[in-house]
Amino acid sequence: MTAQSLAQKLIARAAGQASVRFGEIVTCRVDLAMFHDSSGPRRLKPMLEELGATIWDKSRVVLVMDHYVPERDEAARRIVRIARDWAREQQLPHVYDSQGICHVVVPQHGHIRPGLFCVGGDSHSPTGGAFGAYMFGIGSTEMLGVVVTGEIWLRVPQTIAMHWSGRLAAGVCAKDMMLSMIARFGMNGADYQAVEFTGDAVRALSMQERMTLCNMSAELGAQTGLVAPDDVTWQWLRETGVAPLPGDGDAMDWASDPSSFDVQHDFDAAALSPQLAAPHSPAHGVPLAAHADTRIDVAYIGACTGAKLDDLRFAAQVLKGRRVASGVQFLVAPASLKDRAQAEAEGTMQILTDAGAVVLPSACGACAGYGDSFAEGQTVISSTARNFKGRMGPPSTQVYLGSAYTVAASALRGRITDPREVLA
Amino acid sequence: MNPALLWHTVWQLGEDVDTDALAPGAYMQLGVEGIAPHCLENLAPAFAREVRPGDVIVAGRNFGIGSSREQAAAVLVHLGVAAVIAPSYGGLFFRNAFNLGLLLLTCADAASLQGQSQLAIERSPLRIVLPDGRALACEPVPDFLLAMAQAGGLLPQLRQRLAAQASSRL
Repeated sequence: MTAQSLAQKLIARAAGQASVRFGEIVTCRVDLAMFHDSSGPRRLKPMLEELGATIWDKSRVVLVMDHYVPERDEAARRIVRIARDWAREQQLPHVYDSQGICHVVVPQHGHIRPGLFCVGGDSHSPTGGAFGAYMFGIGSTEMLGVVVTGEIWLRVPQTIAMHWSGRLAAGVCAKDMMLSMIARFGMNGADYQAVEFTGDAVRALSMQERMTLCNMSAELGAQTGLVAPDDVTWQWLRETGVAPLPGDGDAMDWASDPSSFDVQHDFDAAALSPQLAAPHSPAHGVPLAAHADTRIDVAYIGACTGAKLDDLRFAAQVLKGRRVASGVQFLVAPASLKDRAQAEAEGTMQILTDAGAVVLPSACGACAGYGDSFAEGQTVISSTARNFKGRMGPPSTQVYLGSAYTVAASALRGRITDPREVLA
Repeated sequence: MNPALLWHTVWQLGEDVDTDALAPGAYMQLGVEGIAPHCLENLAPAFAREVRPGDVIVAGRNFGIGSSREQAAAVLVHLGVAAVIAPSYGGLFFRNAFNLGLLLLTCADAASLQGQSQLAIERSPLRIVLPDGRALACEPVPDFLLAMAQAGGLLPQLRQRLAAQASSRL
């Protein structure tokens, strides 16, 4: 049998085969199907009714209300009501309403574990790959197919290894790693193949930082992003209260075989500086120093990409005992209620509010661009994933992407700032 | 121009047309018919108003990058777009398009179609024919995806599958 990468092993298990080869089209059994208020019930319910079909296995379905909550208008109320009514009517066992963003809430409630094959009705679904699960995003009609049959087809991808050796400098984090890779390879650079993040610098990352890597695999155009499970993974799962299943202890099962990568790119973590993506593309990487005079109106820490507990802590490291520049709107939308509660308990939220943060609901908010948006002509620095023209505001809104460190440092000075200049 | 072929009017777009451009988030609360008038409004303001059923889009690389929202493909189907031709696509958009019955042709040489206002599509082998008789090869599409596009997407196929299961139980 030829050497198999982690991605291939996960696909082979789901396809019921001993191994798979690049380019092969296989049918996989789905262990978990996750969808939200926008991609889920409002689209699935009418199609299921039209087909007269039922959900294949409700225990494998997770519904999260995060895109249209809190409801800002009648249209949002209607969409969320459909989701709530359907969840009740179907007696779905796993529903998280207004608890935070799906990609963070679902693993935090123990639904994702190494070895699983999962789909999500959202493009940032590769986030689940941080736990050693094969997880990718699909559209609503394809989700209908999964919900009815429990299966999905897949063309076995190549595995591209992104190997980071060395150690990240203070003030540099997973978001900077991703922005640098997206700038180098482009928004579709991974060509819908699987990406696996490897190397000492990746091993040294916390679980949430690994989630940031896998999350933004979407912006690299990968089908999924993976980090092989290790002690960090298992410890996180134990702390999250995920009960071990038989066989779970054998983390070695879920590692790539030697020489199973189709492509490997090497990076030196120590040489990485804070990264910035200029309007209007995550791939529009520019030297931060070149924009150091750009004045900002809004500093936004939000989304599944950039407002997890670790991101809040990064911002607090920068802002402890300080206040943001006058005239800057500093917005913080913690990615989940669980992260927010922990940040409150340990004093992180206090540091941020003392610095002038306006705390927003734990939901997709402005990042999704589904209503809450920035004003005409505003310049925004944001820890989110996408700065497409017109996504987070009118086409005149200028959105820069950076890490939570960079957003906080920029809020402090009122202009785009390298966090290493202000970190104590 | 070979009169035996079906000729399509061409809309030319650039690289990196993202799903927010195709289905802007601010209108995502609406159904496809509500989003469609805003399709590409920031990139090609006349498109949604002037596109006619049977027209095709020729675009640069990375067409449909971004979100999983299938409305990005659904609005093109709603507006009657017969096919999209580009050198590469966002992977999610690619799956969504076939799931909704929209044919995508991957053509490395799509840039050479610049300036063309008409083209025809031949099915086997899959290729693009120009009025002067020149032909451009496209990457092969797996048969099951071509069948899905021809059936109008996954939903009609699921309907058939469920009906077949029901009748086999009778």
